[in-house]
Amino acid sequence: MPGRNSIVIKLILVITLSSSLIFAVTLGYNYYRSRIILEKELEGNARNLAMSLVNRVETVLTSVTKVTEGVARSLETGRYNEAELLSLIKTTLENNPDIYGSCIAFEPFAFKASSRLYAPYYYREKGKIAFSRLEDSYKFVPYLYWDWYQIPRELNRLEWSEPYFDEGAGNIPMSTCSVPFYAQSGGTKLLKGIVTADISLESLTELVSSVKILKTGYAALLSRNGMVLAHPLKEAVMNETFFSIAEARNDPSLRELGKKMVRGETGFILYKSLVGVRSWMYYAPIRSTGWTLAVVFPESELLANVTRLSITMMLMGLTGILLLTLAVISIARSITKPLRSLAAATHVMASGNFDLELPPVKSNDEVGVLARDFQMMKESLKEYIKNLTETTAAKERIQSELNVATDIQASLLPRLFPAFPDRPEFDIFASMDPAKEVGGDFYDFFFIDQNNLCFLIADVAGKGVPAALYMMVAKTLLKSEGQRLGEPGQILSCVNNILAADNDSCMFATVFCAILDTRNGEVRFANAGHNPPLIMDSGGVRYMTLKSGFVLGPMPDTDYATEHLSMLPGDTLFLYTDGVNEATNFADELFGEPQLLAALQNGPKEELKEIVHNIRTEVTRHANGAPQSDDVTMVAIKYRGKAA
Amino acid sequence: MTICRAIPLLLLVLMIFTDAQSATAGTSLKKISLMPLWSPQAQFAGYYVALDKGIYALHGIDLKILKAGAGHSPAQTLKDGGADFVLLWLSTALQQRSAGVKLVNVAQMVQKSSMMLISKKSSGIKTVTDMNGKKVGLWGGDLSIPPQILFARHAVKVREIQQSGTVNLFLRGGIDVTSAMWYNEYHTLLNSGVDLEELNVLSLNEQGMIFPEDGIYTLEKTLKQDPNLARSFVAASLEGWRYAFTNPDEALDIVIKYMREAEQPANRIHQKWMLGRMQHLMSSGNVQGATGVLKEQDYQAVGNSLRKAGLIREYPEYSTFIGRSNAGEK
Repeated sequence: MPGRNSIVIKLILVITLSSSLIFAVTLGYNYYRSRIILEKELEGNARNLAMSLVNRVETVLTSVTKVTEGVARSLETGRYNEAELLSLIKTTLENNPDIYGSCIAFEPFAFKASSRLYAPYYYREKGKIAFSRLEDSYKFVPYLYWDWYQIPRELNRLEWSEPYFDEGAGNIPMSTCSVPFYAQSGGTKLLKGIVTADISLESLTELVSSVKILKTGYAALLSRNGMVLAHPLKEAVMNETFFSIAEARNDPSLRELGKKMVRGETGFILYKSLVGVRSWMYYAPIRSTGWTLAVVFPESELLANVTRLSITMMLMGLTGILLLTLAVISIARSITKPLRSLAAATHVMASGNFDLELPPVKSNDEVGVLARDFQMMKESLKEYIKNLTETTAAKERIQSELNVATDIQASLLPRLFPAFPDRPEFDIFASMDPAKEVGGDFYDFFFIDQNNLCFLIADVAGKGVPAALYMMVAKTLLKSEGQRLGEPGQILSCVNNILAADNDSCMFATVFCAILDTRNGEVRFANAGHNPPLIMDSGGVRYMTLKSGFVLGPMPDTDYATEHLSMLPGDTLFLYTDGVNEATNFADELFGEPQLLAALQNGPKEELKEIVHNIRTEVTRHANGAPQSDDVTMVAIKYRGKAA
Repeated sequence: MTICRAIPLLLLVLMIFTDAQSATAGTSLKKISLMPLWSPQAQFAGYYVALDKGIYALHGIDLKILKAGAGHSPAQTLKDGGADFVLLWLSTALQQRSAGVKLVNVAQMVQKSSMMLISKKSSGIKTVTDMNGKKVGLWGGDLSIPPQILFARHAVKVREIQQSGTVNLFLRGGIDVTSAMWYNEYHTLLNSGVDLEELNVLSLNEQGMIFPEDGIYTLEKTLKQDPNLARSFVAASLEGWRYAFTNPDEALDIVIKYMREAEQPANRIHQKWMLGRMQHLMSSGNVQGATGVLKEQDYQAVGNSLRKAGLIREYPEYSTFIGRSNAGEK
């Protein structure tokens, strides 16, 4: 099994991972860009929302301011008795539903000389208009020392008070618009008192608190001192300032933000809101009172749509990638299925079973081509193996026949030594090692009559079966003609003529043929192109000098001269074929005639068997493992003299 | 609501300390009352903590802390017999004594003046002398005594404006200088968005005005009747303070609880600041372990200052003032 390296797994890994990566990058970029676009849009939206809220608050504040100023101016221009004064306040309250309460508070003795303090106050209580006198209502601190009186008095200008709980009079959290009014007395302005109009903080903050921003976003209102007036953090309202919260949270940046706000700046920032959520805030001042209005958009909710879209896209993408993966698996499987069955089949085939049917492949793609080629290869291999089997069988048959031929050939040559145990006049020994199963060399010896021993050595050109067949013919002819004629020259001439007669294949053979007269050691011999034998006598070892003669076979009517040699008792003739002197080693160096001569000189000289074996050993040693290229044949004959 | 909430609490306290009571104070607790200088805040944390943690009960005291604040004068209440113990500034107490009220100091908590005169840097007022002719916000009543003595010392005439409980008159520019307590208005100013760098702060104490403030006072006759009661009360109060300083978070919880009951806006971080300053003010200049003691030299200095300023004609011996003149009677 290919396991983790299988094509299917590789394909799935590469395609799924790449498409996931591409998808993730795209999704991330999309989220990032959407976020930026959204934030840009948000600033505009937040500004619009804040400004509209500011305007709504300002509208209320401005109208109250105008009314209060109007009352103050009318007090400066007209003369009012107590009833008219009360009516003025009451009418003002009645005509302006935004005003919670209104008062005209006089400086000491400014209203009448008989009473020190005078501050009539109309306010709303349970839907009705109620009346009280502030000089009486404030039990502990006279109205002269309340912020709403004291600050405009000291500053000589209209002031909106910090929101406060009007304990004793209005008894609600409120902010008061106070306008000083004056009497002209001899060219100098003399402060007569303060006209006030209260607005209920609750009704004002409701404007702000009722604004719904996303799910948990909110609008908040801060006073000029940073006091929290409207905020979802209820316990902070009228209790904490932005700065005390900053101190409690040990957050200097929050304090800096608060300072910007109370300074009347406008801004749009991302911060951690007082309720602890990362939020965008747009803040803007409410000019009349110096308060700050802020709208807060929780970042997570703002991005909720983008996040939701991204999650949807992610789910879609994941589904897509999953489907893609399934598709890849399916395609990869369809591609590799024939491959795998092919692989399974070839696995069986690899063990030599060519009869297995290859799985059918219908597709026309590369796999189809491969499968068809494989089919063809299988057929070819099968055919080849069939042929090979037959050839091998044929070769084995021939081999066995050749083996029989080798045996036959070997049996044709005299191999039994000593060959003539009843003839002490001479010794003869011979050996033939064919290079192939059958050789072209041969030797022979036989008595022509009681005293003449014919011995010969021959080498048929070529090797193997043709040479063996020719050798058979030549040997048979030489023996029969040798026994009939008894003269080496004539024997060779006669055999030559017979061989040349039907020699279409132009075969030929070299032959050395000799006849020994065992009575006197006289040797008659003739040579047909054969290597000159060596003679070993009392004078040492030497090559015989003789006429070379023409080889047997190619040309009829060739004459071969018979020569003579006298062997003394103890002399030895050594005959050999070119398989000896032309034996080569791997360096293609010939054994050579000088080395043969030396080997005979240095080797044993008495026992013919030892002489022949010694030369065979020397030749083998020279070849040094190189294959034998030609038949190696040797014949040695020793004349011992006439028997006593 | 307040009462409903208070009753189970008191019951709880009683239940918890029933054993302790029987062991220490016999069968019944002595019912006494205390009027602080103002409505509940961390300036009085020690007393509220001692009450809430049952420390007074352990000392055999069933204490009731009276409603205080605007419209409630501790000195007048003490004189009228409305309270057994009150908190007073030393200067106020000396004035009262001079006016014939036989009160005695049984403990001195705040050892120095925590009052400050604060101006905006932009106004250019750096010293007391710079305040000459400027509009200076002073609190009504006895609280204006220390700054007035300071002005007299520097022969400075200021335009006195009576200021209220808020810092808005100063913030809006209605006055050039405002009186502020270190533990209170000073911090309120900072938390109204004003940075310390924008202010000039003159501490009366640094101007040499060692005017010890909050002290526990009772009438001479009350002390004579039951000297042990005063001793127990002071000991329990000091223990309450020690507990508050070692467990500030719990102390703040307790203070804020009483503030809510008194329907006061409760800003925790402000109360935390106040408690921290009280710890400083109470330990300031003290020999270790001598918390709650009026030092004779401080007493003499304040008495002298008041007499010089013509606010009092005479002041009693130190030992008389701290109720030890007839120590032999014990």
